[in-house]
Amino acid sequence: MASAASAEVGNGVFPRVVPAGDSAILIELGSEINPAINDRVYSLANSIAQSRLEAVIELVPTYRSILISYDPLVASYSEMIERLESLVDNSSGSGADSGSGDENSFAPKIIELPVVYGGEDGPDIDNVAELAGVSRQEVIDIHSGVDYRVYMIGFAPGFPYLGGLDQRIATPRLKTPRISVPAGSVGIAESQTGVYPNASPGGWQLIGRTAAKLFDVENSSPSLITPGSKVRFVPVESHE
Amino acid sequence: MSNFSDNNIRIVQPGPMTLVQDRGRAGYQQLGVSVSGAVDVESLDIGNRLVGNHKKSAGLEVLLGGLVIEFLGRTIFAVTGADTSPKLDGVPVAMNVSCVAHAGARLELGMVATGLRTYVAMAGGIAAPESLGSRSTHIASALGGIDGRAVAEGDVIELGTPNIDDVSGLALEDERTLDGELSVRVILGPQDNEFSAAGIETLLNSEYIVTDQSNRQGLRLDGPEIESRSGRYDIISDAVVNGSIQVPGDGKPIILLADRQTTGGYAKIATVASVDLSILGQAAPGTVIRFTAISIEDAQQLLVARQRVIHESVLTSVVDSETFFVDDLDVRVGVAENSMVSLANIDGSIYPISFDEYSPAEQ
Repeated sequence: MASAASAEVGNGVFPRVVPAGDSAILIELGSEINPAINDRVYSLANSIAQSRLEAVIELVPTYRSILISYDPLVASYSEMIERLESLVDNSSGSGADSGSGDENSFAPKIIELPVVYGGEDGPDIDNVAELAGVSRQEVIDIHSGVDYRVYMIGFAPGFPYLGGLDQRIATPRLKTPRISVPAGSVGIAESQTGVYPNASPGGWQLIGRTAAKLFDVENSSPSLITPGSKVRFVPVESHE
Repeated sequence: MSNFSDNNIRIVQPGPMTLVQDRGRAGYQQLGVSVSGAVDVESLDIGNRLVGNHKKSAGLEVLLGGLVIEFLGRTIFAVTGADTSPKLDGVPVAMNVSCVAHAGARLELGMVATGLRTYVAMAGGIAAPESLGSRSTHIASALGGIDGRAVAEGDVIELGTPNIDDVSGLALEDERTLDGELSVRVILGPQDNEFSAAGIETLLNSEYIVTDQSNRQGLRLDGPEIESRSGRYDIISDAVVNGSIQVPGDGKPIILLADRQTTGGYAKIATVASVDLSILGQAAPGTVIRFTAISIEDAQQLLVARQRVIHESVLTSVVDSETFFVDDLDVRVGVAENSMVSLANIDGSIYPISFDEYSPAEQ
């Protein structure tokens, strides 16, 4: 039944619904990073969230899969599979669902982050400009000229994996990572761009910084950036 | 009958690492927040049950022992997990029994002989503020516990209101053995398709040893290299779970535990059955692990049965059997039904004791 046509590394056809142990199910919707597959991830995540299955504890949507963590004392694997498969069948092929404003849904909203580019906030902007063969202002224009897809959040609280960086300003990581990168720093690493929600060590080339509070543990919606949304960097002269 | 107000504790010595932990911070993994929580959650559950706490209550997770605390008010407590020969004001305290500490009493844990982590549950639970619905300490993201850090000397930690007045003298045996060898049941996948048949055979027919590069994030194992199908071990990063067995480029498996990051980029060959997760929290470096594959249906049935034992089995109470006097105190000694656990009823308060070390003959 499995066609090898879509197989990249020995996978069969998608969606691939498999157990991740006895308390989670993984639904893989593809084997590459691309916007269409990621749209399907969030469309299906919305359907699952809105179906409010009693046993579901949480959903973790990523680039090309969704993890559904559930309580096996409430529903067995076969009961879960039965419920999930009808949702998978109904959502396959459809594009991004805009959600319904439901708090549990992954709505594709746009989050604007004011960024001070260059200077102390972005000490590596000249590296990026030099390697790209463009001016500092062009780096800013190119970087802030696109809305970035939040493919997923992982690695650390509120840390977004963004897609859509213009390849002209793709830049290798620093040879020696910094011991501490300030919270809100905006950086480039290879063909990725991102923003550090908290101070941490890091090897990304820093081009700017936002003063927006990206992760606030006191807030019941603690992360400003949410999976499935888009991030727009807005150049500003100063923090305020 | 007893006054439980101001039932705080003071950390006299924290030991190598003592953390406030509950059952974890589920619900925020999609935002990159690690679940964390007690690694040996069964031991925390048993402790909470013995002192009449809700399942969600927080206790202390003590790595390797060495913790000394002072009870500032009369407190019911229980020590579970790895045996650290606990003593209350010098009197040996049996493991897995609830007992009473008077205001000013000191609980002292020795060092672990086998296993890694001891749990101290106290009636009312630790009342540190919750972060994102949990009190679990996750040091890497500075969340939960006492300001997101391990407990330190001098910390005064508030306890909540006990659910019931006095439940001391209850016992629940921990039937697990921590003898340096573990048989761990797994469910293959979710990315077993990334491995060759020989690679899966290797996982299931080899001995792996827990290395000292292990912590609350995961157990890094040493042993035969596991062959991937394509020669590559990287996948597009996706979500991981408690017990995910990921195989990085060196072919040696890593079992992810409570403090794992939410996502990872290595293929996951198998996942530990939930029923065998808690014991991994006691797998000290050098522990030999053998993996056995079971079906997901079996794994879920085993989990249901195990949860029933921990949360519903009848707690053993204690019967007085012998009365004698020590330093003018009325002491009655009893043995818990169906167990080797002994208790002393000293002037009306119940203390657990090791019968061997507290026999009338020696007094």
